[in-house]
Parts: sequence; structure tokens; C-alpha cells
Amino acid sequence: MDFNFQDPFTSIGELLRGLLLGWGLAPGLVSLILMLLGALVLAGFAMTLAGVFLTWLDRKLAARIQDRLGPNRVGPFGIFQPIADAIKLITKEDIIPEGAERAIFKLAPMLAVMSAVGIWAVVPFAPRLIGTDLNVGVLYIVAVGAIGTLSIMMGGMASNNKYAMLGAFRTVAQMVAYEIPMVIALLVPTMLAGTMGVGGIVEAQRGGWFIVLAPVATLLFFVSAMAEAGRAPFDLLEAESEIVAGYNVEYSGMKFGMFYVAEFLHGVTIAALTATLFLGGWLGPGAQQFPLLGLVYFAIKTAFVYLVISLIRFSMPRIRIDHLLAFNWKLLTPLALAAVIVTAIADKLAPALGWNRAVVHLTANILLAWATFEALRAYARGIRQRVEVQPAAVETGGAD
Amino acid sequence: MPTDFLPIAVLIALATVLAFLVVLIGHLFGPRRPTATKLEPYESGMRPYGPGQRRMPVHFYLVAMLFILFDVEIVFLLPWAVVLRQLRLFALIEMVVFIAVLLVGFVYAWKKGALEWE
Amino acid sequence: MTLVQILFLLFGLVTLLASLMVVTSPKLVHAAFWLILALAGVAALFILLEATFLAVVQVVVYIGAIAILIIFAVMLTRRVMHDTGPQVNRSWWVALLVSLVLFGGLVLMLAQVPALAGTPAPLMVDQETLLEDLGRALVDADRYVLPFELASVLLMASMIGAIFVARPPSGSEERSGER
Repeated sequence: MDFNFQDPFTSIGELLRGLLLGWGLAPGLVSLILMLLGALVLAGFAMTLAGVFLTWLDRKLAARIQDRLGPNRVGPFGIFQPIADAIKLITKEDIIPEGAERAIFKLAPMLAVMSAVGIWAVVPFAPRLIGTDLNVGVLYIVAVGAIGTLSIMMGGMASNNKYAMLGAFRTVAQMVAYEIPMVIALLVPTMLAGTMGVGGIVEAQRGGWFIVLAPVATLLFFVSAMAEAGRAPFDLLEAESEIVAGYNVEYSGMKFGMFYVAEFLHGVTIAALTATLFLGGWLGPGAQQFPLLGLVYFAIKTAFVYLVISLIRFSMPRIRIDHLLAFNWKLLTPLALAAVIVTAIADKLAPALGWNRAVVHLTANILLAWATFEALRAYARGIRQRVEVQPAAVETGGAD
Repeated sequence: MPTDFLPIAVLIALATVLAFLVVLIGHLFGPRRPTATKLEPYESGMRPYGPGQRRMPVHFYLVAMLFILFDVEIVFLLPWAVVLRQLRLFALIEMVVFIAVLLVGFVYAWKKGALEWE
Repeated sequence: MTLVQILFLLFGLVTLLASLMVVTSPKLVHAAFWLILALAGVAALFILLEATFLAVVQVVVYIGAIAILIIFAVMLTRRVMHDTGPQVNRSWWVALLVSLVLFGGLVLMLAQVPALAGTPAPLMVDQETLLEDLGRALVDADRYVLPFELASVLLMASMIGAIFVARPPSGSEERSGER
């Protein structure tokens, strides 16, 4: 078998399959072994990437923005700092507090990692390089995210600590609240692509990335996914510089490390999902012929979105809890529903008018954004007037 | 197709096993010197008082309830979204009605102050 | 027996055992977590039955939302983590008898259905078609559009009901920030 440099992944797969079949193994078993190998590479890749390289990059970036040096002792530019941190976590005592539900307490961090890694099974890295192109891919992403919510709940409830419990409840309440606009925003790419499969959604963006066709939904998904993952500025429930850490306060050693990795991976996952669903995934010039190029495009797009997340994270102040909830219920959720209806109407309108599909969608989105801004402006004007008329309302009327 | 889920099962099993191994390594290499004080639940340096689990405000329940309703709504909307491009205008109107009815409940929640945090 | 059948039995067993633990575990919170395991088992069964969409919906709605709701609801009760005492009373054998008779009746009845006698054939259509058909059926005037719209009314009713139950009834505690 000659090695095809244009499509190395398929070739490697075929090569290995041929080799294993040559050893006299059953075809089913060979498939399973290949899958295991792929999963191993993927999980190892994800964990190393998130745990080592990205934490370092994140901290360096944070340091730059906050006028500090950041890690700079271990290895060149401190790049091995995360490894030193991992060793530190390994050698820490693994404490299970008295009165904890031991089984649930131990299970929670593993479920967290499982849910963070599980999403990657349906993310297409390059053409034909996808774990499984599930036809309910979008919903699968939501389902796996739900398991992450559950792990936080379990961790908080099993700790026998009222702060952990309260932290878990608040975190879960925030997560489920922000999951609503996130999932509604996911309806838009589903509608535009006519499929729930993630691979199909990427393919459907050949005519134009969905960020052009649906900028409002893109922004909605991005913001609510960030809040759902509890990234700053939405991290007020575990603001470690201000309050007791939240649901994971009783976790120590590598169990805490697992929660940390899961949370970090969640951030990367959001970037990857935004890149896949709205920025065209692996699409780009020449990606069809050279899947390796597709992988590069995908990585660049994901890194870009991740960078934006980090920039937002380090430049925005935390928002207040009542603002957080009001922002979700009173702005994001109605806007997401409106975006779905507007997209549906625009999709029906485009063929009827005989115009270019992208133009119609973009116009509809701009109109929607404009209407939203006008409504917000009117609302802010109302508050300002009330504040001017009645100075006492300053304390209570601030939910904007 | 059940086989579609095989890679997922493999990946998830592997992630869980890896997580378990890492925790196990931490368990093996970390010191184990439990003392009564160390095992107490953390309470900002004070001796914990009262049980670790306590009753929670009803607000959380409301949030979860709203979440379920929207979740179920989205589950209904998803198959519709998949075939929207093949459907006629009538289907679109039906869906707007569906969303509008739910919005009535949403507006009620809003007016009743169920969306406020206290 | 094929691998799928073995897996089916395995997941069925897990589901059954978890359900048993739900009704017998003395702590309410434990019962809630066992319930989650039972629901996950049902999701696995759906996958094996090639009902992909239902399986994912099962996880999203039941594990992601209803389980959370149940835990929130459990934490509303008093004496959350305490044992609630024995889970059976003196007439447990009556309940056992009734459920056994019911189970036997169900088995007898289902055995009469001809379609269930043989081994079911695998699905002929692919999943994508199934999903699209579901979408079409939901808004088709000849099929399920009425139940579909009624479902939305039901959802609205439950939303209003939940708020009505959970909020203080009078306007005395109206927040100043309400709008």
C-alpha cells in the first residue's frame, strides 16, 4: 500500500488496519483497536494541549495584560510550569472531608473530565477526520454538556460543606439558565444547514460561513457558552479572589486537578464549537484535497476564538449576580428566540424574493440587532429618567 | 445506529479511565496523614456548625423548571429546524404559534418577578 | 446471542437494579442519584434500539434537566440527608403480589402481539430520514400538528403553575425592581 500524503489520516488508518488484519485478528476487533487508538490520541492530545500548553499561554497572556511577568522559571519562558504544577498536585494529600458521600465525591471529577472530552467525539478536525458524525450531533453536544452540569452538582452535594453545596447550586442554576439561549442559538445553524450532524453543518458552510449568515446567533452562542462554562466575566460563582471557591472547595490534589482540567477543556471546547459551527470548521482553500491543511485551518480558527475568550476574560470586570441572571432571561433568551424566528422567515423569504440567500440573512440579522439596540437604548433612557426624577431609586433600579 | 455510538463509548471510557489513573497516581504519591481537624469541612477557619446539607431556597427550583420547559421546547424545535428548508410557509406559522404560546408563559414569569434574583 | 443482545440485557439489568435502589435507598438524595443512573440506562437501551434521537433527548431532558429539578426539589425538603426510616411497611407483600400479577399479565399480553414474537429486523431506513420524517410529522396538518401545539399549551400551563406555586401569593412582597 502506497502512502498517500494528501490524506495521511485515512492512509495511517488503512495501514494500521492492514497490519492488524495481517496478524490474523478479526475485522471487528481491528476496528475496535483502531478506535481505541484514535481515542487515545485524541484524549491524550486534548488533555496535554489543555493541561500543559494552553494553561501556560493563558497565564502568560494574563500576565502581559496585567503588567506582570507570569511563569518564567521552569524551562524556557516558564513553559514547563504546568508540568511542575501537575507534579505538585500529584504529591498533595488527597483529602476526603468527614461526612462526605465518598462514592459520589470520587465519581464527580471523573464525570467532569468525561463530559469535557466526550464532546470532541463529534467535532470534525479535518475532512473525514471525525470521531463519529452523529446525525443528532448538535443535541449530543448539549447532552454531554448536561453530564458536566451533573458532575458539578454531585461534587457540591457530596462534599458535606455548605459552601460547596451553595456554590454547586448557584453554578448549576447559572449553567442551566445560560444553556437555554445557547441551545436556541444552536437551532440556527441546524436550520441553515438542514441537518443536526456537525460534519454536515461544516459542509453546509461552503456557500458562506454562518457567522456571515447569522451573526446574531454566533454572538449569542459565543456569549452564552462562555457563561455556561463559567469563564470570566461570568465566573462570579467561584471567584477565587473574592469568595470561597464554590462547588470544588473540598477537593484537593489530583481530584481538584481533574475539575480544573475539565473546566479548562470546556473553554477550549467552546472555542472549537464556535469555530466549527459558525466559522466554517476545517473549511478553507485547499482543505478538501489536503486534509492536513483542514486540520491547520481548524486549529487556527479555534485558537483565534480561544484568544478572544481569553482577551475578554482578562479585560472585563466580573458582573453582578442579578445582572448576570437578568442579562440571560431578559436579553439573551428573548433575543435567541427572535433570532430563530427571523432566520426561519429569512430562509423562506430568500427564494420568494429571488435574492441572494446570504444578503437576505445578513439584512435580517442587522435589522434584528438594530431593533435590539434600540430597545436597550429606550430601556436605559427609562432608567436614567427614573434615577433623575427619584434619586432613591439608584440602589434598586440598576438592573440593566 | 448503535455502531455510531461505538467511538463515543470508547472515547468516554478512555477519558474516564485516564482520569481514574491520574487520580490514582495522586492517591499513591500523596502523603496520607489525616487528622481530625484536617478532615473537617472547610468553613473559613471556623469550626463548622450545622449540617453540611441544608434546605435551599425555592428560587433554584423555579430556574430548573423554566429550564425544563425551554429544553422540551427546543427538543420539539430541533426536528423542525432540520426540515425547515423543505417545508412550506404553513409549517413556519405553526412554529411561530408554538413559540408564541410559550412566550405567554415567559412573559407571565417575567411580570411575576420569577426572573429576578434575590 | 449477539453482542447487541448481551449489551441490551446488561443495560437492562443496570436500569432495573438502579430503579430498585431508587425505591429502597433510605436517603432521599441517594435515591435521586440512583434515579439518574436508571435514566442513563434507559438512554443506553434507546441507543441499542436504534432510537438515536430519543436516546439523546433522554439524556438532555431527563438527566440534564429533570434530574437537576429533582435534586433541587429534594433539597427543598426538610431533613435532607437523614434516613427516612425503613422503606417498606407491613403490607409490602401485597404490593409485591400486585406488581407480580401486573407483570405477568403484561408478559402474557405482549406475547400475543405477533410482531414481538420473532427477532425484530434491523431498521431499513437510515437515521437521517427518520429524523426528517419526525420533523415533517410534527407540523403536518394530517398528522401530529394538534398534539404538537397542545404540547406548547401544556408547557405554558406548567410554567405558570410552577411560578404560581413557588411565588408568594400576594403583592405585599413585590420587589421594587420589578418591571
